[in-house]
Amino acid sequence: MTATVRDDPRRVGARGVDAPGRAAVGARTLRTDRWWLPPTATTVGLLIFLVYGGVRAFQQQYFFADERYLTPFYSPCVSLGCASEPGSSHFGMFLPDHPLIPYAALSLPFLLLFRLTCYYYRKAYYRSFVLAPVACAVPEPHARQTGETRFPLIMQNAHRYFFYVAVVVSLVNTYDSIVAFRHPTDGFVVGVGNLVLLTNVVLLWCYTVSCHSCRHVMGGRLTHFSKHPVRYWLWTKISALNTRHMLFAWVTLASLILTDLYVALVASGTITDFRLVG
Amino acid sequence: MSYPGQFRVWRGDADGGALVDFEVEVNEGEVVLDVLHRLQATQTPDLAVRWNCKAGKCGSCSAEINGRPRLLCMTRMSVFEQSEVVTITPMRTFPVIRDLVTDVSFNYAKAREIPSFTPPADLAPGDYRMAQADVERSQEFRKCIECFLCQDTCHVVRDHEENKESFAGPRFLMRIAELEMHPLDVADRVPAAQEEHGLGRCNITKCCTEVCPEGIKITDNALIPMKERVADQRYDPLVWLGRTISRRRG
Amino acid sequence: MTETERHDYDVLVIGAGGAGLRAAIEARERGLRTAIVCKSLFGKAHTVMAEGGCAAAMGNVNDNDSWQVHFRDTMRGGKFLNNWRMAELHAREAPDRVWELETYGALFDRTKDGRISQRNFGGHTYPRLAHVGDRTGLELIRTMQQRIVALQQEDYAAAGDYEARLRVFAECTVTELLTGDDGAIAGAFGYWRESGRFVVFSAPAVVLATGGIGKSFKVTSNSWEYTGDGHALAMRAGADLIDMEFVQFHPTGMVWPPSVKGILVTEGVRGDGGVLKNSDGDRFMFGYVPDVFKGQYAQTEDEADSWYADQDANRRTPDLLPRDEVARAINTEVKEGRGSPHGGVFLDIASRLPADEIRRRLPSMYHQFKELADVDITAEPMEVGPTCHYVMGGIGVDPDTGQSNVPGLFAAGECSGGMHGSNRLGGNSLSDLLVFGRRAGLGAADYVTGLERRPAVREVDVDAAARMALAPFDPVGGQGGSGSGAVGENPYTLHAELQQVMNDLVGIIRTASEMTAALGRLAELRARLRGVVVEGHRQYNPGWHLALDLRNMLMVSEAVASSALLRTESRGGHTREDHPVLDPEWRHRVLRSRCPRIPGDDPVVPHVAVEPAERVPMRADLLALFDLTELEKYYTAAELTAHPQGGTV
Repeated sequence: MTATVRDDPRRVGARGVDAPGRAAVGARTLRTDRWWLPPTATTVGLLIFLVYGGVRAFQQQYFFADERYLTPFYSPCVSLGCASEPGSSHFGMFLPDHPLIPYAALSLPFLLLFRLTCYYYRKAYYRSFVLAPVACAVPEPHARQTGETRFPLIMQNAHRYFFYVAVVVSLVNTYDSIVAFRHPTDGFVVGVGNLVLLTNVVLLWCYTVSCHSCRHVMGGRLTHFSKHPVRYWLWTKISALNTRHMLFAWVTLASLILTDLYVALVASGTITDFRLVG
Repeated sequence: MSYPGQFRVWRGDADGGALVDFEVEVNEGEVVLDVLHRLQATQTPDLAVRWNCKAGKCGSCSAEINGRPRLLCMTRMSVFEQSEVVTITPMRTFPVIRDLVTDVSFNYAKAREIPSFTPPADLAPGDYRMAQADVERSQEFRKCIECFLCQDTCHVVRDHEENKESFAGPRFLMRIAELEMHPLDVADRVPAAQEEHGLGRCNITKCCTEVCPEGIKITDNALIPMKERVADQRYDPLVWLGRTISRRRG
Repeated sequence: MTETERHDYDVLVIGAGGAGLRAAIEARERGLRTAIVCKSLFGKAHTVMAEGGCAAAMGNVNDNDSWQVHFRDTMRGGKFLNNWRMAELHAREAPDRVWELETYGALFDRTKDGRISQRNFGGHTYPRLAHVGDRTGLELIRTMQQRIVALQQEDYAAAGDYEARLRVFAECTVTELLTGDDGAIAGAFGYWRESGRFVVFSAPAVVLATGGIGKSFKVTSNSWEYTGDGHALAMRAGADLIDMEFVQFHPTGMVWPPSVKGILVTEGVRGDGGVLKNSDGDRFMFGYVPDVFKGQYAQTEDEADSWYADQDANRRTPDLLPRDEVARAINTEVKEGRGSPHGGVFLDIASRLPADEIRRRLPSMYHQFKELADVDITAEPMEVGPTCHYVMGGIGVDPDTGQSNVPGLFAAGECSGGMHGSNRLGGNSLSDLLVFGRRAGLGAADYVTGLERRPAVREVDVDAAARMALAPFDPVGGQGGSGSGAVGENPYTLHAELQQVMNDLVGIIRTASEMTAALGRLAELRARLRGVVVEGHRQYNPGWHLALDLRNMLMVSEAVASSALLRTESRGGHTREDHPVLDPEWRHRVLRSRCPRIPGDDPVVPHVAVEPAERVPMRADLLALFDLTELEKYYTAAELTAHPQGGTV
């Protein structure tokens, strides 16, 4: 209460929980649980995906298997290089074939941005990479906090536009997974790879549709649900999915890797696709 | 079924203080607040702790237990090992008054800065008609018991004293969301949420949602929808482009 | 003596629960400078604990409802002891008060056509309770808190000061009312809990809205604030209390674990289909319908169950009898050995509604049992037993203005008396707060406006109040009276003993010998209070706060025990084992408690005297709302000559 102690030189300039006036507890955090575990797991998980995805996006081979399975990492395949795998390109080939331009350069940057600006991933990397904060009630190391008020983080507000692109890409992926049932010579066939592609695309839709921006656009922006019964119904369904947005965010990272890996293994001849029908 | 529990309780005031060790009897079914009351009655009659209903309904007994913001009356002793030392401190985002009691006037000041409910001018009492579907979102936010644990845990103010002026905190950003979604509120609350109450500072790490004793989905249902409404009004790139061009010309 | 902060206001409201906030809003809207003083933080008052709803005959769900029906239900619930004018005003004005809350921003649950939904409750003929899930009290408090903020924003816009005309003094306790030379209210004396510093308020009108007295009982649903401050302050200032023998024990409080014993289980559980069962699995309430209610309640389980679906063709379940009946029934079942393992009975909703529906309709009950007792109410029955919940008695007030017999002293809500008679119906409390909170605020505003000269605070009173407040730090010096208690008493021990005495000897079932014993124990505790010592200093010292609150609790407990000893009948919240029946000769009599101000009396806890007086007879047009045959169960023949059906003399 007295000015003298408040001006204690040890605490002048002290930040956050050590700021003058607050209880002088000493320890920066008293959490006794393993609070460092979730951010560590997040870091590891995201790094695995980034490394795997980076390597595969620039590999420019093993992306098309059994003349019908196109991995999502190369969809839509629009590089002139796609000609190396006839039938892999469904929407034309026009980008130059260059080692630094992924074959799916049209979709990958937007998908990356869609996930980068996703409200769940933001939480994940703000915690695990930016340490702001690394865990609740654990002090962050930064001198100042401006949140998402300045460039570049203010761009997070563009999430909805990446969502729109993601919907288009999801349609493309859906198309890929449907045309994969048709083999150029054997006609209609169902292999394990079809089930892998299909599962992946369903999960991608779950992730895309459960997006917070989608929830807002479909109905969340309304003040009077009762006057828009269809949009309200959509909103309630999307809201139910939205509660699992984090789950879908991780499951789709795994399913993308597994799908791609499956296609790559079949394409490289390491394994053979087992046919269930045809 | 009782056992001697080990406790470390922060005692002191704004001038300073320390964690003090106590051994207190713990009985079956008790919560941390029961233990503190036993401590008052038997060892430290002047131990300051704020509480009221002791049923998780008033939000008075907010503190931090083993470093996590919690209600003292809703933290059962059975969640701890009998040999575990339970550490109890006041909330660390607000100035301390004494022992476990903090000065939460920051929150009341923020509450005043949010314009109140604004109904249509010509609507008479008794003529209010609202559909259940339209009131449910705001009703979730009105479950708030104002324990201020979300304000306590939010790193925007917890770790940055200087942000207190420009940031209303999750509780009051949620209050803005509540009014924004109120079917009969006619005010536009979106610009002020961003400009005056610091919605943009929120980086949605969900600590507020994690600590909410009422289980209100503050981030998903209030803060993110508000951010989306701000994006509606301000961060539409096309609108932004148009504004930028006209500014350059002017 | 010590540094003292001083403030001048037109109206001082003590208590920031529903009644206090509504009174303050009214006084401020009438243009008066108003202060609210409360012991807790702003918005934490005990009103937040009210769960079920707010009774108002809006007729949104069943349009047969009207103020007359509500009035009749209220009078029946109170066993015709209610102040009929209060019951009338309450029934007439409650709908307007609820609608007004919507203009402040309240969001009640809705009917299909968008109006306020209403639910069934014990003793109410029709679905009548406006509600928000099971957290209606919280909605009321938050709504009025936000209304007060709105008024402060108006003042800020006009004068640049939020607190120009309405200020909340939170965590500030009033220990004494101050009167002028003529005995009229001049202000109040209190201390800041945070710093222990004293505050003197000068105000010609004080509205007491301090709530109840439950903290004098061991098993109670009430919070620590319920120490009967308003009751005791009023008596010490010269006001009379009435009906103090009537204490409501809510039939369903939690009984396990021990640390939460007494916490309320809302009546809404029964309103939504929950039933009471004993250890044999019997729905025992069918055996406890009293004669006065025969014919109004279902006699078979089938009929009771059909009532939930079709309320016009069936009679309601006896699980929804008024609270006093249900509490006594549970008490009997437990006493006769048919109780649950932890000494209550079972309240079963799990077998009556789907789990999702339970979680939707009763979210906080689900949460409360899950968190505090590790019981999933959607899968297993709750264990419940009676808990001290509400005091019907309180400061005697003029129904229209809320003014007590001390000029300038007003009261509203639980600390006032008369409205609920011998037993309050569930849901009538929140509406009481709104109706009479507003009326008290209005009464105070009119009183102040009409005042020619404001009574001045007497410095000698301020000094005495300060000495009294500091006495626990130095129990030997200072106070008058002969201290017979040992020095060094612990306030917590004393409080625990008081709670035990009141629970054991002045509880649900009472006898003359036990109450005489209780009065003896209270006298002993009073003597020991003078020896209470508190450690530490004045800054946020809970031991000191409790020592000061004990003064009030002891006074109020004496009023309850003395009144209960005098009333030799059983009625509503007062059950005498030695006088088990309702006696019409007691219906028209009211027991008034007051401080007789005996020279040389103990200034710490003055004695309380209780005397009977006559009640004002009901206005003829109101009396005519009842059937003569019903009235004959309660009234003496001589009282019924005014009835249009022509009572025989």
